[in-house]
Amino acid sequence: MTGKTSENFNKNYLNYVKTQDPPTQHFKNCAAAFGVGGLICCIGQFIRYMLQYAGLSGDELAGATSIVLIFLGCFLTGLGVYDRIGRYAGAGSIVPITGFANSVTSPAIEFKTEGWIYGMAAKMFTVAGAIIVFGVFSGVLVGLIYLFV
Amino acid sequence: MDAEMLDILFQFLKAFVVGGGICLIAQIIINFTDLTAGKILVFFMLAGVALTAIGLYQPLVDFAGAGATVPISGFGYLLASGAMKGAEKGFFSAITGSLAAASAGVTAAVVFAFLMALIFKSRTKRN
Amino acid sequence: MKKGNTIFFENAPCITSFAAICGSKEKEGVLGSFADITLEDDMYEESTFEKAECKMLSTVVSLAMQKGGYTEKDMDVLISGDLLNQIISASFAARDFEFPFLGVYSACSTMSESILLGAALVNAGYIRRAVAATGSHFASAERQYRYPLELGCTRPPQAQWTVTGAGGCVITDEKSGIKVVNGTLGKVCDFGVTDVNNMGAAMAPAAADTIMQHFKDTGTEPSDYDMILTGDLGALGSRILKDLTWEKGYDISENHVDCGEIVYKVIEKEFQGGSGAGCSATVLNSYIFSKMQAGLYKRILFAATGALLSTVSSGQGESIPCISHAVQLEV
Repeated sequence: MTGKTSENFNKNYLNYVKTQDPPTQHFKNCAAAFGVGGLICCIGQFIRYMLQYAGLSGDELAGATSIVLIFLGCFLTGLGVYDRIGRYAGAGSIVPITGFANSVTSPAIEFKTEGWIYGMAAKMFTVAGAIIVFGVFSGVLVGLIYLFV
Repeated sequence: MDAEMLDILFQFLKAFVVGGGICLIAQIIINFTDLTAGKILVFFMLAGVALTAIGLYQPLVDFAGAGATVPISGFGYLLASGAMKGAEKGFFSAITGSLAAASAGVTAAVVFAFLMALIFKSRTKRN
Repeated sequence: MKKGNTIFFENAPCITSFAAICGSKEKEGVLGSFADITLEDDMYEESTFEKAECKMLSTVVSLAMQKGGYTEKDMDVLISGDLLNQIISASFAARDFEFPFLGVYSACSTMSESILLGAALVNAGYIRRAVAATGSHFASAERQYRYPLELGCTRPPQAQWTVTGAGGCVITDEKSGIKVVNGTLGKVCDFGVTDVNNMGAAMAPAAADTIMQHFKDTGTEPSDYDMILTGDLGALGSRILKDLTWEKGYDISENHVDCGEIVYKVIEKEFQGGSGAGCSATVLNSYIFSKMQAGLYKRILFAATGALLSTVSSGQGESIPCISHAVQLEV
């Protein structure tokens, strides 16, 4: 079976598999994502107020807030707690900045068995590297567009 | 309860709803497509950059505070607004502005990840 | 003798001893009371998960020899493989032993492939005794095929859980124990499934193909077997397998059992069951063989399935080719 026949055949099979798939629990997933995501943002807001109270303001305040959140994300990853939250909350814990911290820390911890330089350091950004690459590229693009337009 | 207290509580509510809402959109996308976590992060960050560039994200940040800056789209906002501010100063700042604005986050992630890797080991999971 | 894709072992090589070891999560299920060693800690007193996997394999091989009263001098070959790159667990475990080693890779169907090859070598009279063993470790497989362990990502409900465990058995020319009667060599089947989380759906066609080929070649019916045992299709894959064989006129729903389904308590809304090379290896070499020795099952068709993908191939958008080898076991 090659070419067109196999294509049709595969399509039939894939459609059939789709009917057999266990249903995604949309409501439960979405509620968990909304709740946990909102909660992490509230924690961020709380930290922001605390730091504001401590006398920070402007860019410094925003930077310090994200540093504290990233620390929390890294620390919970190290403790082995963050992936449990992630399994339950899905996007609720992936999308906040703590999820970015998790995606940097988890490979760093995982690959340190392959050495500090080629393991831990080189593979630290296996997941999060894409964010830096696309972020920097699009940032430069936006800067240039604003410069010339 | 005085007005200031109420204001703070209201700010928390706004952060919760907007931040939760952004995560909810991501979850709906995950549910209906087979995008993995890494791709979701990139797309939301790019969405943050694009929305900031056309001037839609700044009002959201003013409105929701941490609700808009804590999600990864806030990272995009940081990059884009840094670049836009830099563009006002000239060519060099237009290029370096974005990463300079985001330097706190990236530095923190690298330093803390390094420290955690020194202390912790990854462990196997049971569920 | 060969008919179709099935080779018949006239001299009926026998599995005289077997051993299995399983991890702490697996212990809570059926394996807990049948495996020879159950681990409290999945690190197995090693520094990395890969070393733990290697140690499990090596332990299982020496335990299988010990239980049959064999020494290293009695063994002619070790046939083994695992899921890691360049089958390092198997090769590294083999350096503990003073007899030859044949490395095989057939993903999760490594157990049936190595029994088949061992039986073929013994049957032909080239060797007298072979050890067939394989294993997998959740943590090392997760890193190999998916993400770092601590990354907080969700598991879709189609996903399966890699079994931490290893199993091995000794195949000899002695006339006692569990006979390996024949073996059906599998073809690689690819029905175009690309979802790496849905292994059951990818592997079911391969299992169906080999099982039906086996019935055709041996002239048997599903009802001739006490049990048709598949490796790690999971709940979803098993359902698809039953549908696929039913379509072609073979009703295996009565006596089909899937190792992946019985190794854990499966909640279908959350996950589909166990997977990995260790899944079929541990279940077969503990629970199934014990029951066969006790005479509860007389005739079993063991068809483990393997998904022959790598992270590179799935990154390049390739679909998942799968394979299944079957052996018929009798007491």
